[in-house]
Amino acid sequence: MSQATVDREATTDSPVTTHGTDPKGRAITRAVVIVGFVLVAALLFMLIFSAPVEDPARVTIGVSLNSYFLWLGNLHPLLQIPAVLLAFGVVVAILLVLIEFAPRPGRGYFVMRLVACLAIPVLAFMLLRPYANAVLYVVAIALLVGALLFFADYRSRQGAGYLFQLVLFMAPAAVMLLTGLIYPAIATFVKSFFDKTGTDFVGLENYVWVFTNPVGSASVINTLIWAILAPVVSVVIGLAYAVFIDRAHGEKVLKVLVFMPVAISFVGAGIIWKFMYDYRQGDQLGLLNAVVTLFGGDPVNWLAVKPIVNTLMLLVVFIWTQTGFAMVILSAAIKAVPTEQIEAAELDGANAWERFRNVTVPGIRSSLIVVLTTITIASLKVYDIVAVMTGGRDDTTVLGFEMVNQQQRFQSYGHSSALAVVLFLFVLPLIVYNARSLRKQREIR
Amino acid sequence: MSATEAVVLDNRSKRQVARDTRRNEAIAHKKLRSKGATIAAVIIAVFWTIPTFGLFVTSFRPGADTQSTGWWTVFTDPSFTLQNYAEALTSGGTSTTLAAAFVNSLAITIPATVFPIVIASMAAYAFAWIDFKGRNMLFIFVFALQIVPLQMALVPLLSLFSDGLTIGDVQVFPGFGLNDVNYSYARVWIAHAIFALPLATFMLHNFIAEIPGDIVEAARVDGAGHGQVFFRIILPLAMPAIASFAIFQFLWVWNDLLVATIFAAPGALPITQALNSLSGTWGNRWFLQSAGTFISIIVPLIVFFSLQRFFVRGLLAGATKG
Repeated sequence: MSQATVDREATTDSPVTTHGTDPKGRAITRAVVIVGFVLVAALLFMLIFSAPVEDPARVTIGVSLNSYFLWLGNLHPLLQIPAVLLAFGVVVAILLVLIEFAPRPGRGYFVMRLVACLAIPVLAFMLLRPYANAVLYVVAIALLVGALLFFADYRSRQGAGYLFQLVLFMAPAAVMLLTGLIYPAIATFVKSFFDKTGTDFVGLENYVWVFTNPVGSASVINTLIWAILAPVVSVVIGLAYAVFIDRAHGEKVLKVLVFMPVAISFVGAGIIWKFMYDYRQGDQLGLLNAVVTLFGGDPVNWLAVKPIVNTLMLLVVFIWTQTGFAMVILSAAIKAVPTEQIEAAELDGANAWERFRNVTVPGIRSSLIVVLTTITIASLKVYDIVAVMTGGRDDTTVLGFEMVNQQQRFQSYGHSSALAVVLFLFVLPLIVYNARSLRKQREIR
Repeated sequence: MSATEAVVLDNRSKRQVARDTRRNEAIAHKKLRSKGATIAAVIIAVFWTIPTFGLFVTSFRPGADTQSTGWWTVFTDPSFTLQNYAEALTSGGTSTTLAAAFVNSLAITIPATVFPIVIASMAAYAFAWIDFKGRNMLFIFVFALQIVPLQMALVPLLSLFSDGLTIGDVQVFPGFGLNDVNYSYARVWIAHAIFALPLATFMLHNFIAEIPGDIVEAARVDGAGHGQVFFRIILPLAMPAIASFAIFQFLWVWNDLLVATIFAAPGALPITQALNSLSGTWGNRWFLQSAGTFISIIVPLIVFFSLQRFFVRGLLAGATKG
């Protein structure tokens, strides 16, 4: 729009701004941003304490997310795919166009940035159809946030438009993670201290229930059994298999056969193995019981044998699906171990087992750790296998299943949340370990 | 003249070198091969394949046979039919037939694969190529989010979708009100996209950060903004990583039961959920259960077999964190 000539270079809308770079300017920027945030907080506060209205109406701008989804929901399922992808594509395209053009120097682009900063938050909020009594606050907050972003961006040290781009790149992911993971996780944590319906504060009662009630404690104990056995067994078998196929004929085919269960859903795997365990009077259809009766034993109802046997039977299914994953990664790691090292060990007179113990295993240590943590986390979260095969009956329940069960069958949100928090606590050490090793890595860079 | 000769010589020798290397490698590999290892591997492979194979055989046997004899009798007394598949496809679960659920699975999976990849690649680009304070800390935080168990986020997210947001006594936003819209997948799409973001951002960032800076710098000098660099340079170059994560996410969403159980409207149930409820109704009629299972795993298996190489590459990219 405007020609950026040489003498305009130093004016306010050039890419490298001069205001805000000196200490005084920084101080002013900081002060304005802080005051702005205080204002946002004040508006939120007023919103919370404004009087509730009887039967408030909703405000829309003619279009809303809700009306779009309703319209979409009435299409044929297969038509919905292109319809939603098109809408999504348009939104992403608008974002990218703004990222590309708005940061440029010039008055037209300056206005473009300003409009985008003010319009996007307001539009986003209005698409959610706020209630009439909240709409003023909502619009005010949106405008204020947009104005703050614009101001901070205009005076940013890296030049106007820098912050704008960064925010647009990050905003979709940030909004989704905040509303979909961070807020729910906090809400679940809070809910775990309240009763069934979430109204009365009960302190640690739900946690007491988790560890003392037979159902709760069974789920904790079983989850620990899963988390200890599943990774170890999968990795041992996967590693052994990776070593074998490295030296076997027809490596590719053998690899695919064991890797295939990775692609099969837990629901499918559950049914496949239920058939293996099938138990009935007379002739057996399940392979396992057929083998047992072949040797003259009595058929066993595998999924109902307490204690622990039925849990182990479920574990077998999980291990069956995870071994292929472990095998593929470890196989690649083994191939990456330098042959010189192995040959050197051979010259030193180490036998095959010693070579494997002292050369191969240390060489694939990092991959082993990754596989172990990944499978451990998966085993802690297990839900589908238990849901499909036993429905948690006969003491086979685990944390991941029991919390959904408590919520869906008994509407007991307190118990369900406490179970989820316990599950989170089990996962926590693994997170910390992983995040720390990641941080070390990024410092090396 | 001499240059071309040199090239020819070079070519020939290259080819020869390659041939010799191949031959030597084959010899070395043959030496490495051992009978014991092959036998052990085959035994494990057989154990791993039997369960699937047994159900597969059952799905083609006439219903009456499957109820009285084990599937292994097929080798002595073969008889096959496609009747089970026809019956399984048309039998209704709670509210949808298996065939309708199959279509639902497609309608859920494709958008739920595209959304997180696009959003995560934008975030990954910002993490890799825009310098800002606290970048590392924020990135590690996003990575750590992938380990918040799904179960922890389900219930509050569901109430956000259906009841909206209420602060204090004031209702700010209503929910989506999609509980009674029978064919709405919106909630499932959004939930899947959110839950996939941390891992997608992490995996794509690992790849995008490795792209040589010179390419990006050159484009910037030529006057391309971040938008163009992202769309015209980074996205095409990151295709291998995007492809492998897409396969990952496709399989994950297609095979998911938990998210669908919580978020899917009655008419929008995916095939895993339909199969799970049918599995109860069919009880011990294994000829139906087996056919239903194979209808549900056919798509993941096709994806898996045709795109295996990308899939493995993605696994390794996510796993080889030195």
